[in-house]
Amino acid sequence: MGLITEIDYGTPESKTGKQVTLTVDGKTVTVPEGTSIMRAAMEGGVEIPKLCATDMLDSFGSCRVCLVEIEGRNGTPASCTTQVGEGMVVHTVSERLDTIRRGVMELYVSDHPTGWGENAGTGASEFDRMAEKIGLSENRFGVEGRNHVVAEDAAAGGGVAPGEGALTIDYMVKDESNPYFTYDPSQCIVCSRCVRACADVQGTFALTIEGRGFESRMVASMNEDFVDSECVSCGACVQACPTDALREKAVLEKGMPERSVVTTCAYCGVGCNFKAEVKGDEVIRMMPYKDGKSNHGHSCVKGRFAYGYATHSDRILSPMLREKITDPWREVTWEEALAHTAKEFRRIQHQYGRGSIGGITSSRCTDEETYLVQKLVRQGFGNNNVDTCARVCHSPTGYGLNTTLGTSAGTQDFDSVEETDVMLLIGANPTDAHPVFASRMKKRLREGARIIVIDPRRTDLVRSPHIEAAYHLPIKPGTNVAILTGLAHVIVTEKLYDEAYIRSYCEWDAFEDWAEFVSDPRYSPEETAKVCGVDAETIRQAARLYAAGGNGAIFYGLGVTEHSQGSTAVMGLANLAMATGNIGRNGVGVNPLRGQNNVQGSCDMGSFPHEFPGYRHVATDSVRKIYEDLWGVALDKEPGLRIPNMLDAAVDGTFRGIYIQGEDILQSDPDTTHVAAGLAAMECVVVHDLFLNETARYAHVFLPGSTFLEKDGTFINAERRINLVHKVIEPKARYADWEATQELARALGLDWNYTHPSEIMDEIAATTPTFSGVTFDLLEREGSVQWPCNEKAPLGTPVMHINGIVRGKGNFVRTEYVATDEKVGPRFPLLLTTGRILSQYNVGAQTRRTGNVAWHAEDMLEIHPHDAEDRGIRNGDWVRLSSRSNETTLRALVTDRVAPGVVYTTFHHPETQANVVTTDYTDWATSCPEFKVTAVQIAPSNGPSEWQREYDELTAMSRRIARVEAAE
Amino acid sequence: MSPDKLIYQANQIATFFKSKPHAEGVTGVADHINKFWEPRIRRQFFAMIEGGNEGFDPLVVEAAANVRRPSPEEKPAA
Repeated sequence: MGLITEIDYGTPESKTGKQVTLTVDGKTVTVPEGTSIMRAAMEGGVEIPKLCATDMLDSFGSCRVCLVEIEGRNGTPASCTTQVGEGMVVHTVSERLDTIRRGVMELYVSDHPTGWGENAGTGASEFDRMAEKIGLSENRFGVEGRNHVVAEDAAAGGGVAPGEGALTIDYMVKDESNPYFTYDPSQCIVCSRCVRACADVQGTFALTIEGRGFESRMVASMNEDFVDSECVSCGACVQACPTDALREKAVLEKGMPERSVVTTCAYCGVGCNFKAEVKGDEVIRMMPYKDGKSNHGHSCVKGRFAYGYATHSDRILSPMLREKITDPWREVTWEEALAHTAKEFRRIQHQYGRGSIGGITSSRCTDEETYLVQKLVRQGFGNNNVDTCARVCHSPTGYGLNTTLGTSAGTQDFDSVEETDVMLLIGANPTDAHPVFASRMKKRLREGARIIVIDPRRTDLVRSPHIEAAYHLPIKPGTNVAILTGLAHVIVTEKLYDEAYIRSYCEWDAFEDWAEFVSDPRYSPEETAKVCGVDAETIRQAARLYAAGGNGAIFYGLGVTEHSQGSTAVMGLANLAMATGNIGRNGVGVNPLRGQNNVQGSCDMGSFPHEFPGYRHVATDSVRKIYEDLWGVALDKEPGLRIPNMLDAAVDGTFRGIYIQGEDILQSDPDTTHVAAGLAAMECVVVHDLFLNETARYAHVFLPGSTFLEKDGTFINAERRINLVHKVIEPKARYADWEATQELARALGLDWNYTHPSEIMDEIAATTPTFSGVTFDLLEREGSVQWPCNEKAPLGTPVMHINGIVRGKGNFVRTEYVATDEKVGPRFPLLLTTGRILSQYNVGAQTRRTGNVAWHAEDMLEIHPHDAEDRGIRNGDWVRLSSRSNETTLRALVTDRVAPGVVYTTFHHPETQANVVTTDYTDWATSCPEFKVTAVQIAPSNGPSEWQREYDELTAMSRRIARVEAAE
Repeated sequence: MSPDKLIYQANQIATFFKSKPHAEGVTGVADHINKFWEPRIRRQFFAMIEGGNEGFDPLVVEAAANVRRPSPEEKPAA
């Protein structure tokens, strides 16, 4: 397969309904009204030369090479800024146009010496192609511009620094500071595509054009190095640049890629589609795919650039065994590792009972892989001891939405935000955790939508360039349910609810019961304000805006779910949406922003110990029969153990073996010491992962995993979109993960014979009603579909609950606020809450092994200046962070982003291990840990805690791999 | 599981269902435990309830009658 080149139509698609017909170079073209001549021509197969235009951006009309002639009109208008008209006759080629274009291009070339006729850059840029297309053959103006490199030095990539040559006083040296791309100002043609991409697509506004005449060039922030500027390294500017002024370092070093494969990003729950561009068997760059329905050609720093972990030297490519966890690892064959695992698992079950082993599926692996792990547990182990990391993130979403709406599904697609008037954002920080969707939100906000932010921190969607939240409610961590019930109080008592909607689509009795409950004066804004630590009047205003401001959409994240009342808060959100009629159409809804690439899919695929794929309880006889008939075994009708239960049972001695695929529970789960005790008590811990992760220090068997580049399958993103993952390169450790699980199943005596993940999807479709229409063929044809995808919705379901709520009638649930038992007191007076940062991902296993460490080399503790001063802590000081559980040390970042009394950190680095201090309090319904609230104290410190020192020693010990002596 | 943790989790469930009408609350607690608690945990739960039910919320104690009894512990082969 060759390199996929997507057509650039030059200007965005017009979405009006009325069609206009015109003639371009004798061809008849019909396009929607409002389309540019440039786009219409391209749709008719006629490419008009262009430099400053690209269809990701609105037209700009600065380069003057896209000029055309229109019969009956004077002059030569720019085709990018001129709209089509009925019956228009356009000529894109003539002697006059050729002459003008050549003249313009010659001037560009005179100010762009290294981009033409030189070896610098790729020689394959759009600029190079246009120079050729226009037929440029001479440059009469010379190349001695004031901002140029001296010609003879150009080949060597050098130049004359300002002041050292009279003719190059405006020369700027190359900026190589960004780990992934370079900026060579001398190649900049000032087309502003980068500036507009940064503003319009990404919404960061980090770039600008500085200076006039020969001085004018793009600069980052206040003419700073890229890495120190406000740039978030999303790469939209690099993608937009028509010259090689902004170019990926990988392309400059290794040359242009030769082939591309369309696949899906393996980072967050946005699920961007990319073209993985490859040379030989090496990925040169990831280009966002314009046809990707969740990202529409945009990306963030992680997806576009941070794929280097796939080839990092830390990757383990051979299976390994060891008798005891204190032994060094011994490399073995796959056959030996699998046979040993099977023998151990059977021994443990024989000795301690059928329920003494289990498995953990991964939200980073594909649906097909997840399905196989849960099948292995249910069919092969004969129990339901399977769980997944969604336990620690979005399990309350499933419980809460299912109780109120009848399905755990998030209600909308991402495109729906284009019709949103009011966003209610709670417990989520999309600009860092879901950056590509955040760019869509910001775009809509710039168009005039308004946003209410409920978050203890002042996140970027509260205030950043061209963004200003209508209301920010910086509530105390742990008071979500109180604020949501307070908002409901205002909506009900001021009669802002949508009675017609409720009467048609919800249970009226339940509404009345709920309305009476929330109307109680103890939920009034004044009372709520006391609990949450915010202003009562702001609560009132925010409630009014959400209820009466037009289409209201709720977006939420782990700041809602990771609490002891996580499930209750999710119900509170659904209550608000139903009460205001904000369900069942575009622009509204309850939208969980899911953390990992396939956390939705892993839940859909039956990763929970109480349910089969499609969220059907294991006690349901009819469902069990489907699988019993297909798999030929009797299945357990009792729910299995959740992850924390497995660890408890391990400490009790009734749980002794576990197969963990692509999860690092020691780092990602709460109360690290308890996790460690559980793992240490087991007799056979099998870790199947890319790296010797933190959990692997307690492992007896290590099976090498494969990256998303090395397998076929599907991921399901936060909008229920089933996206294809295509194999780009061969698995580096012999097996894709689904193959490894299949081999393990065979070693255990199961007759599994899948030859391709599409066959696994066929089995999923045949047994799961919401997936019954899904096949790989359909996905190849459509690009992606959103479940439910079945007879009723053959092409999937972008928006749920249209013409009726899935449950039948929506259910309002009383949401009594119960304060968490994790309370501040004299010993632990501050509240710690945790979150993510843009450049790092989750436990950091991937991103820490990429150039992204340039932005976030360690976890920092954000602390308000007031609290810092009280304790004599200065910016950058080492501080000891202690809770009732344990203590750790990290460095302080003094900032007023957090309120007094609140401290914040990320959990990306194992050296800090924020989860050493988090507690074992959990959501009442789903055991989802209360990561977001821990009472802590901080104090100046002069180095790592005792726990950290011991941990470092253990790390070194547990990662020893024995060298095999060569046979004599 | 440590007895304290089990009591804590059971009481947490009861706390949520307390804001419901009483009968619904009793069923709610029992259903929740039936749906999500593995037999080992339910066995421990019954042992504790029958051993004096100290520390449990009255709603949990009342709901216990509706909690499904797990089959007796599987005896591992020697």
